[in-house]
Amino acid sequence: MKNKFLPFSIFIIFIIIFIILYKGLQETNIYIPESKSNYEVPSSMVKLFDTNQSVNTIEIFQSDKLYFLNIWSSWCVPCREEHPFLMELKKNKQLKVVGMNYKDTKKNAKNFLEELGNPYDKIIFDNKGTNAIEWGAYGVPESFLINKNKIIKKYIGPLNQQSIEEIKSYIK
Amino acid sequence: MKILRLFLIIFFILPVNSLKADNETLKSKITKNLRCLVCQGQSIYDSDSEFANSLKIVVDNKINEGLSEKQIYSYFQSKYGDWILYNPSFNKNTYFLWLLPLLIFFVGGAIIFIKFIKKQK
Repeated sequence: MKNKFLPFSIFIIFIIIFIILYKGLQETNIYIPESKSNYEVPSSMVKLFDTNQSVNTIEIFQSDKLYFLNIWSSWCVPCREEHPFLMELKKNKQLKVVGMNYKDTKKNAKNFLEELGNPYDKIIFDNKGTNAIEWGAYGVPESFLINKNKIIKKYIGPLNQQSIEEIKSYIK
Repeated sequence: MKILRLFLIIFFILPVNSLKADNETLKSKITKNLRCLVCQGQSIYDSDSEFANSLKIVVDNKINEGLSEKQIYSYFQSKYGDWILYNPSFNKNTYFLWLLPLLIFFVGGAIIFIKFIKKQK
């Protein structure tokens, strides 16, 4: 009895390990930070792209309006893909689109906006990428929907038609 | 006079250098315990990605602001969650992770102990 039990239990253990590893193969190992929602806009000093003026983020995102913060860069290919969607969002007067230019040069960023259009009401200049960390972002493009000084939705990666529809539903 | 001047120079330069060296060791200690989220399997210290480089600047700034190691970890934890730390804190999400090795150790020990007693009998 004992002799039969040992090979059987080893067999079962191997089967369990096989299932776990096989399942692990199918899962993506790219980690996406938990997207918390309904948390306060991080308060930090930032530089504005046009004037080089230092302002607090709280001043940019005034409490009573709906804002959309988009982190972008001229060297980022997916940012080019999502740009038409941002231009579409700009048409909505109840929503203000704010840009955060991430690790870029002013010259390249200006060329990018001249070529594809400027959807932003204001642009934050984050040439070191440290402001994006305050927002819990880890790359470009990334976007945040802000209402009454609170982040209500976070979009990781380029925007698409579905996300635009969702943002519009918040405006109504 | 010359000796006195030399002594004064050394006296003023030395503490500044050691302070900088302290900050550097603290910085490398912290960055070694932070996970690079865009290049998995590497720490911020090892990585040269855009994200890792920005994080290194933030760690530097936080050290200069006078934040302690623990405060810096909790700052990043609040921004990116537990996953950013290689050494996650003990809380309701991680207690299984921390206690499992202990559990295995005790169960294994108990099995050995029982076998040992049975053999002695």
